[in-house]
Amino acid sequence: MRKDKELRVNEHPILGSAEERPRVKIKVDDQWMEAIEGEPVAAALMASGKMVFRYTTRLNEPRGVFCAIGRCTDCMMTVDGIPNVRTCITPVREGMVILTQRGEGRWEGISFEKG
Amino acid sequence: MKKVELAVIGAGPAGLCAAIEGAKHGLQVTLIDENIRAGGQLFKQIHKFFGSGVHRAGIRGVDIGSQLLDETEKAGVEVMLDTVVWGLFEDKVLALVHEGRSTQLSAERIILAAGATENALAFPGWTLPGVMGAGAAQTMMNMHRVMPGKKAIMVGSGNVGLIVGYQLIQAGIKLELLVEAAPEIGGYSVHASKLARNGVKIFTSTTIKEARGDERVESAVTVSVDENWNPVPGTEREHEVDMVCLAVGLSPLIELARLAGCGFKYLSELGGHVPLHDEKMETTQPGIYVAGDIAGIDEASTAMEEGRIAALAAAESLGRLGGEEADALKKSARKRMEEFWDGSFGRRVKASKESLSVKE
Repeated sequence: MRKDKELRVNEHPILGSAEERPRVKIKVDDQWMEAIEGEPVAAALMASGKMVFRYTTRLNEPRGVFCAIGRCTDCMMTVDGIPNVRTCITPVREGMVILTQRGEGRWEGISFEKG
Repeated sequence: MKKVELAVIGAGPAGLCAAIEGAKHGLQVTLIDENIRAGGQLFKQIHKFFGSGVHRAGIRGVDIGSQLLDETEKAGVEVMLDTVVWGLFEDKVLALVHEGRSTQLSAERIILAAGATENALAFPGWTLPGVMGAGAAQTMMNMHRVMPGKKAIMVGSGNVGLIVGYQLIQAGIKLELLVEAAPEIGGYSVHASKLARNGVKIFTSTTIKEARGDERVESAVTVSVDENWNPVPGTEREHEVDMVCLAVGLSPLIELARLAGCGFKYLSELGGHVPLHDEKMETTQPGIYVAGDIAGIDEASTAMEEGRIAALAAAESLGRLGGEEADALKKSARKRMEEFWDGSFGRRVKASKESLSVKE
């Protein structure tokens, strides 16, 4: 993965300098990393250089961010045990566990009551 | 079940203006959006808007967004964020879901302002990570301050392609080249010149043939096209890029209008299937209005006017506004739209919009 600093827009001619904002720790696959509080999961991952968010069910092809506004569902991952979460509109939280999703994913550690 | 006078769905430029206008005329308004923040796509528009002073031209979209959020709060609009509208039933009952719980909301009038989604373009490699909508790149760079890549190719030379192309450069990304399948640049030449001055190669009559890479984009192959849009063999060129931005148009988000049973017409100039609506923005379903990109893809400036017109019509129909006053206000909003459309791009939009009109 590339370094965080390289892919953050720290200086911008219109937006100015980025303000220092609180960081949170998230776990992506087996690695802990820092993210900026409140930013979408997808932004944190892209800033770290991660582009592959999931692999498709039948052909096992990589997918990443396409629309970034919650419409296309290409960026779905398993977040805190819930599969198919749209990471581009889901803010990071301290301690969040994010998994690169294989196919339709699995519900991790969540049990359902039988009705 | 909770009851409101006016429910506005979508808190982008059209929805915000509709909610503000409705509340101003005494309506009890609930504004609903699935995002955690209101403003729609305004906060990623860091360029100055077109038009004249009355259209808030010369002001950056992001600042218009802040102004509108401020006005929404002052107007006393109830704002429900992180709330998805997943159903629209008979008698104007909306089904909402918020934090995993579903509720219903009954509204006397509904304004649909759901906006649009970016179009994709199919070519070998189009699903590779690194191929994304131009708007997606804009969201990442301008809202979240993250570069989705280092070296890009932009596909499409409409104003979105040209403006976002320049914004890539502003964010520190190298825009290697911009391709346009048509023989001419689609957007304003002032924006194209800005790119050219920054050393961006612009190839017309050229399209993308393929994106290559293993787990992400590593290069893109472009090809010239002839007058019948067929690729010219032997003109392929490979460019080393790690992102491909697609600026190939938008489609209206019409699901809720479909659920409501609205009548539609297909108009490619407006982005596809568009709900029929009259001058008051009312659809073929009485009391259900549309505003903004859902009513045909256009600029944020006209979306704001459409939102106002729809809210005025809703207020009038609920007796909150006299016919004369309503007519005068709608007329002045309409006049600002007509002025905005007074250019070669606008004229096309206006003509298409007029063909959508249902009889009053």
